[in-house]
Amino acid sequence: MTVVVVDGVSKTFPGFRGASSTLALTPITTTVAENDFVTILGPSGCGKSTLLRIIAGLDEPSTGDVTVAGQPVHGPGSDRGMVFQAYTLFPWLTVAGNIAFGLREKGLAKQERDHIVAHYIDKVGLRGFESHWPKQLSGGMQQRVAIARALANDPKILLLDEPFGALDHQTRGLMQELLLQIWEDDRKTVLFVTHDIEEAIFLGSRCVVMSARPGRIKADVSIDLARPRDYHVKVAPDFLDLKMRLTEEIREEALSSV
Amino acid sequence: MSQVLRSDAHRRRAGRYLRPLRPVPAAARIALGLLFFALFIAGWSLATFGGFVKPIFLADPARMVAEGWVLLTEYGFLNDIGITIWRVFGGFVLATIIAVPLGIAMGAWKAVEAFFEPFVSFARYLPASAFIPLLILWAGIGETQKLLVIFIGAVFQIILMVAVTVGQTRKDLVEAAYTLGATDLGIVRRVLIPASAPQIAETLRLVLGWAWTYVIVAELIGSSSGIGHMIVDSQALLNTGQIIFGIIVIGLIGLISDFLFKAVNRRLFPWSGI
Ligand SMILES: Nc1ncnc2c1ncn2[C@@H]1O[C@H](COP(=O)(O)OP(=O)(O)OP(=O)(O)O)[C@@H](O)[C@H]1O
Ligand SMILES: [Mg+2]
Repeated sequence: MTVVVVDGVSKTFPGFRGASSTLALTPITTTVAENDFVTILGPSGCGKSTLLRIIAGLDEPSTGDVTVAGQPVHGPGSDRGMVFQAYTLFPWLTVAGNIAFGLREKGLAKQERDHIVAHYIDKVGLRGFESHWPKQLSGGMQQRVAIARALANDPKILLLDEPFGALDHQTRGLMQELLLQIWEDDRKTVLFVTHDIEEAIFLGSRCVVMSARPGRIKADVSIDLARPRDYHVKVAPDFLDLKMRLTEEIREEALSSV
Repeated sequence: MSQVLRSDAHRRRAGRYLRPLRPVPAAARIALGLLFFALFIAGWSLATFGGFVKPIFLADPARMVAEGWVLLTEYGFLNDIGITIWRVFGGFVLATIIAVPLGIAMGAWKAVEAFFEPFVSFARYLPASAFIPLLILWAGIGETQKLLVIFIGAVFQIILMVAVTVGQTRKDLVEAAYTLGATDLGIVRRVLIPASAPQIAETLRLVLGWAWTYVIVAELIGSSSGIGHMIVDSQALLNTGQIIFGIIVIGLIGLISDFLFKAVNRRLFPWSGI
């Protein structure tokens, strides 16, 4: 079943003070099936964040429209959880407070909230850090809290914008496995933006490759690696074939934008 | 050899104080703070006891302490101090009650800001002390007039500074809250206000300091009590010891209230770096 429909979505940012306007996305049309894990791969500046923000309802498309579960998107809502590229935990709330934010907004009773919060704290492996402030956490821990915060709300789809972009290689690998594990349990529909080819293959069931700016869909590759996956799959022949193929696609784009 | 090493370590420790933004140990911080006061009093003593300045212009420290004692024990100066503190806090609390909610509303809703901002910006530059003659006409020389001076001096400053603080809330936090299902009112209540709270408290601390200068001016003109009134009385008698004592008392109260304010802020907002 299709959950997300992106129909002819383009985005032009107006220029400031006579500067020419920026065409960030050329019209994009695609759909995402329920419970699918789709990675969006593209070079820096190709409009990945822009596309995700439009689906989240944080930006208006210049043309076209987005529907999620049959409902046209007219603004942000709790049915689309988002994890941002930059750290966006609320610094005045503890880890537990951050995860409970959406639940409080929904008006859940404290007992129920605590129950859900404890569940997701366990899931992202942060037991013992419930009452820490965000500034006391490492970057990786902050993004884990951000993922837990989005999941606790039980959204229909989860939008992740390079959540591990700022982490070192090892930590990033661990976080990818953690995310896959969560996904295996919850089976949410996930849209995951990245510019890391390995990450795109390792996580996704399908990888949408975008061209350099102005972004358009250059290739749509299905990734038929067996699940559940762990880090061993990163050296399997199938994995390396896919990596080669996507590297070629991305390389052309990177070259054309240099 | 060890001589060289030791002097090297020495230089490194000394160099620490030259490094920008580098914190100094708590003991050194307190010592440096006290050193200034010691030097200040030493300079003052030198000027007065050394006979460089005539007592009629500047009393020496010993005279000042003696005069202060007389003020406290014989002239009921404690009462004046109490009245002045009451006036400052009364006017300040009144201003806060009105200014903080209005500032938050202006920061949150651009239409509210567009409505009030030009007037408040204009009113902010009206000196509170220039209103004193007018306020005496309207409210007499009673307590209402004193409170109104403080109120006028503080309210517009607080409104504008709170509005700016709230308006500068990180947009990405607001967006994150929206994706978590927050309503518009939820954004104001659960993002804008908590995000700005430490900075608002800091604003209040700053403006409270200014309120002290307004109250003294208000008491210099048309008043029969308070620290400012005592200072005017002492001037008529050329008693510089009393004047200086009054000024130092004001400074001390300011220091204490500032200290308390900071301590409360740290307790209320442990997550904030301010
Ligand atoms: N608010 C904005 N105003 C003007 N131009 C913008 C704005 N946001 C993005 N752009 C432009 O749109 C293009 C796409 O930006 P976007 O942030 O979507 O890229 P990205 O693919 O997420 O890049 P990265 O991988 O570096 O995060 C960029 O060239 C950028 O200059
Ligand atoms: Mg981006």
